[in-house]
Amino acid sequence: MAKIILRDLRHTYVASPRIDADWALKKFTLEWADGGAYALLGPSGCGKTTLLNLISGLLTPTEGRILFDGRDVTGASPEERNIAQVFQFPVIYDTMTVYDNLAFPLRNRRVSAREVDDRVREVATMLELDSMLKHRAAGLTADGKQKISLGRGLVRSDVNVIMFDEPLTVIDPHLKWVLRSKLKELHQRIRRTMIYVTHDQTEALTFADQVVVMKDGEIVQIGTPVELFERPSHTFVGHFIGSPGMNVLPCEVRGGRAMFAGETIETANGVSYRGEGKGVEIGVRPEFITFAAEGVPVDVTKVLDAGRYRIVETMTQAGHTIKLLVPEDERIPEGGARLRFAPERTQIYENGWMVT
Amino acid sequence: MNKTVNQRAWLFVLPVVILVAFSAIIPLMTVVNYSVQESFGENTFFWSGVQWFEEVLHSDRFHSSLLRQILFTAVILAIEVPLGLAIALAMPRKGPWVSVCLVLMALPLLIPWNVVGAMWNILALPDIGLLGRGLNAMGVEYNYTRQPFAAWFTIVLMDVWHWTSLVVLLSYAGLVSIPEAYYQAAKIDGARPWAVFRYIQLPKLKYVLTIAILLRFMDSFMVYTEVVVLTGGGPGNSTTFLSIDLVKTALGQFDLGPAAAMSLIYFLIVLLFSWLFYTLMMRNESR
Repeated sequence: MAKIILRDLRHTYVASPRIDADWALKKFTLEWADGGAYALLGPSGCGKTTLLNLISGLLTPTEGRILFDGRDVTGASPEERNIAQVFQFPVIYDTMTVYDNLAFPLRNRRVSAREVDDRVREVATMLELDSMLKHRAAGLTADGKQKISLGRGLVRSDVNVIMFDEPLTVIDPHLKWVLRSKLKELHQRIRRTMIYVTHDQTEALTFADQVVVMKDGEIVQIGTPVELFERPSHTFVGHFIGSPGMNVLPCEVRGGRAMFAGETIETANGVSYRGEGKGVEIGVRPEFITFAAEGVPVDVTKVLDAGRYRIVETMTQAGHTIKLLVPEDERIPEGGARLRFAPERTQIYENGWMVT
Repeated sequence: MNKTVNQRAWLFVLPVVILVAFSAIIPLMTVVNYSVQESFGENTFFWSGVQWFEEVLHSDRFHSSLLRQILFTAVILAIEVPLGLAIALAMPRKGPWVSVCLVLMALPLLIPWNVVGAMWNILALPDIGLLGRGLNAMGVEYNYTRQPFAAWFTIVLMDVWHWTSLVVLLSYAGLVSIPEAYYQAAKIDGARPWAVFRYIQLPKLKYVLTIAILLRFMDSFMVYTEVVVLTGGGPGNSTTFLSIDLVKTALGQFDLGPAAAMSLIYFLIVLLFSWLFYTLMMRNESR
């Protein structure tokens, strides 16, 4: 159990990095509180696995320090850091039984046979693997094997952090749910720091208390799922999280008021805007747009039924697409309509970043 | 699912059937035919039943050839498999040296077998060969044309030089295909190098090693060219293996009946060993 601090961390796989894009991870400082449930969310290739491997010690950072409870572990091996990691594909020791698989990390650390037995049985119960302890691990299904991988992390009672690298990739959809809630339940029970890497927003938002959103080797936003949803600090977060993603529309800002399609739009952060008016956009989620008597004039172009609500696609005269969600019992106007953006949920972005 | 029945499909199989018939089935049946008949000149044949089989199975000459053969195969398997595995483990996984190593390893496999025999023949000659002269200069009395042990030593050395590469290349391919995550997990689990080998590399190499051992078993059990070129089966009969014995019987003495019976027995032994070994290695997989 430890508080993890990553200070001025930067990493590259290139021998002599010249341009910005050579850095797989750009410089950042980050703190992970002890016992938290974190998710690292971002598209493939954004550097999340690199970050994970830096924490676990499988990689050594090009620059910066890694501290576990104030102790510098930058150069320490994964074993010395005492961490656990579950990989994308289940890693099990084929020739061993489930029991021996779970006991392996403890036996390597020369733990007494009695204690090994206690720990293995406890973890097996936790993961519902009791009945299979005597089976050969190779014969289990993918989710069973992934449970073993997780179990090998859990048997050591003193691990500092358990990391998951897209652990549900090879699991059948109907079992993903089961394992995901199992994980959440486990976290609440053992209160150990967990870091969960994924590119699936549902997995990230359901698992984590704090989500770290990454893009092109940079951390774009850190926040609770609600914060990410209601106040995305970058248009990328707005796009990436939510289905459909946030509407991003070019606008002009004059005197704290945003102008779009000839209409004045009330925004939450308009008064903070001091800029020149270049690269300015307003962002508003489909959830916070309603049909109204006044507002942005649009034509309804498409309606998709998504069950409890409908996704309505509209288009302004200038050709901008705006999506909004309409509850199933509400009437959708034919042809021309006007849209109202909820002011407290509409933000101004400059060059992609939210104006503060 | 709907299945289309079309008898003309057999036509597509025909070329292969003809090929296999002429390359395997017909020659084999000819051998079977010879093995149950007594042959005289001018193509006259008489039925002789299992007489040749009894004769071969009771002959001391066959027993000693077979024993030599088994010993030879056991020795080279015991050397080549661990050695090949060790070399494969020591080879670099990335970087410019990978291709250098692979080319060096593939080299012995590219040399024609009779050339291999000739090379080692000259190399080991006690008067002018580098190996022969060198050993003698160091005070070791070495003459493979006269001492059975020296002949065996040279043949085993030659076979190890010639064929260990095959085990290396197969094992290397197997090692490279083990996903990185296994090594990372082992690191995190605190596994020592021996445990990594025992619980990750060896199990993952099981299929590859099974194939390597099978190939080396079959090839070494049928070793002929290199040995004939190097020692001609001598000194005396000390390096006369089954294949050499067979050729002597069939083409040297023209004893077609016994030779045919012998090749069938030979064939069955190879088949039986291979089947036994493969079944034993794979028996856990079906569970």
